[in-house]
Amino acid sequence: MAKTGALGDTIFRSILLIAAASILLIVAAILVMMASNALPTFERFGFGFLVGREWRPAQEEFGALPFIFGTVVSSLIALILSVPVSLGIAIFLVEQAPQKLARPIAFMVELLAAIPSVVYGLWGIFVLAPFIRNYLGPVLQNNLGFIPLFQGRLTGIGMLTGAMILALMITPIITAVVRDVLEAVPTTQREAALALGATKWETTTIVLGNAASGIAGAVVLGLGRAIGETMAVTMVIGNSPQITASLFEPANTIASLLAANFAEATDRLYLSALIEIGLVLFLVTFVVNSLAKLLILSVTRANKEKQV
Amino acid sequence: MATTGNMFERRRRLTNAVMTALTATCAILVTMLLLVILFYIGARGISSLSFEFLVETPKPVGEGGGIGNAIVGSAMMTLLAAAIGLPLGIAAGLYLAEYGQNWFGNIVRFLADTLIGIPSIIIGIFVYTLVVLPMGRQSGLAGGLALAIIMLPIVARTTEEMIRLVPNSMREGALALGAPQWRVSWNIVLPAAASGIATGAMLAIARVTGETAPLLFTALNSRFYNYYYDQPMSSLTVQIFNYATGPFEVEHAMAWAATLILVALILMINIVVRLVTRKRY
Repeated sequence: MAKTGALGDTIFRSILLIAAASILLIVAAILVMMASNALPTFERFGFGFLVGREWRPAQEEFGALPFIFGTVVSSLIALILSVPVSLGIAIFLVEQAPQKLARPIAFMVELLAAIPSVVYGLWGIFVLAPFIRNYLGPVLQNNLGFIPLFQGRLTGIGMLTGAMILALMITPIITAVVRDVLEAVPTTQREAALALGATKWETTTIVLGNAASGIAGAVVLGLGRAIGETMAVTMVIGNSPQITASLFEPANTIASLLAANFAEATDRLYLSALIEIGLVLFLVTFVVNSLAKLLILSVTRANKEKQV
Repeated sequence: MATTGNMFERRRRLTNAVMTALTATCAILVTMLLLVILFYIGARGISSLSFEFLVETPKPVGEGGGIGNAIVGSAMMTLLAAAIGLPLGIAAGLYLAEYGQNWFGNIVRFLADTLIGIPSIIIGIFVYTLVVLPMGRQSGLAGGLALAIIMLPIVARTTEEMIRLVPNSMREGALALGAPQWRVSWNIVLPAAASGIATGAMLAIARVTGETAPLLFTALNSRFYNYYYDQPMSSLTVQIFNYATGPFEVEHAMAWAATLILVALILMINIVVRLVTRKRY
């Protein structure tokens, strides 16, 4: 009896172990396959690949800088637009709204995260882009046109449209994490502040201070998502590898470059260049996500210990 | 002295009121945006929706056509992904919850979380180098595999969380009755967490049904009904992408209609899961 149990245990545990190890294997395999396929371009261009400004596959010229620029700028603008709003929603849901109101709103914000990327892209092309071309763009150009940011052709397709769609897409993600972090702050802190005569908002600022590193984690997580977001951006950013100051001009990101060109890349060097830039994207998101996780854990774990 | 105190007091109250209004505005703004998006999908999608649209294959512009093969392709690839990703993910989650309190478990947990955050297009590239290059062509197999890899860490982590909710007294009771460890995990813990695991599985299925990027160059696309996993396969999402970026009005209308189908499906799964899980608490 005991022996069959022991044998069963060994078999069962081994099966589960293999399943768990498959996750480790996949991550390792992604690294190995991408690195080995990126080798041809890396051998030829070295790190100059990352700072080259020209991207002409036909002439075997591969410079990744315009795509890195586009990725960084679109993600940062998205963060600037999204972070205050996400913080506002999370504070409203956790600190201010009554349960009856908070639940449905929280659910609707979560639904935003469930909508597929390609649907945001479709909406971006046919609703947001015309809105920027006909309303928002002219207003910005007429009033702030002297700033290079707002100069350039107004087609509706470009950096700003991409960044705005990104902002909309990362808002539910940042909101969800900030909510978790705020909820992890012990209620006793709020009660203490209120008992000392603080207003609701003053209490909130104390809670925010306590959760600061977790909120930073949420922002970094949002950044990670924005960097890697592919379809919606591909559809509205214009896919033109240029570095300009204008928010209205088309740009391109690493992920969009891959989405738009990978299927057509038959030439070995071209394919290798695309895989290398994909590897860069992989490593950057890996680091960014790890950082986010550490920051978020620092708050949720510390408060869990305090409460116990 | 009294007046300055009063003014200070008033300013504090004003700040409080303004900030409350501001945060509420943020919440309203974003929920409105969701409604606006859903409204556009409904309003523009419904006009091109018809029975023919749901069963026909894409045709040259002007001759109608539909998304029948895309629906079948999406279903087949999601099915393949679920067939691989669910058992593997649930097993991995069970390991993490029941045996994973060690360095190996910590590494797997960390990598699963990172894998969830990796852009899905990277998974597409990976499967391209792993399956498409050796096979020499794009296929439904490659597409399904890419979706399975996206599902795996999500299912593993939600399964782990659900199993952790199972009270230890249940395990202890079964062990005290002489059941071996694996019997406890398989016959007691897993059934107890089943509904939670099913919830996670449904959400993971909804998530991969909406994926486009990893299918672009693994499954590619097809203009015909294709029931074979070794051939390029159409999917709803890639079809929406192609229609949306096409030059013709007719194509755009079809993109909205296909989107209506896709979003209705995904939102339905999300709402049903939400209603079912809320009952339990």
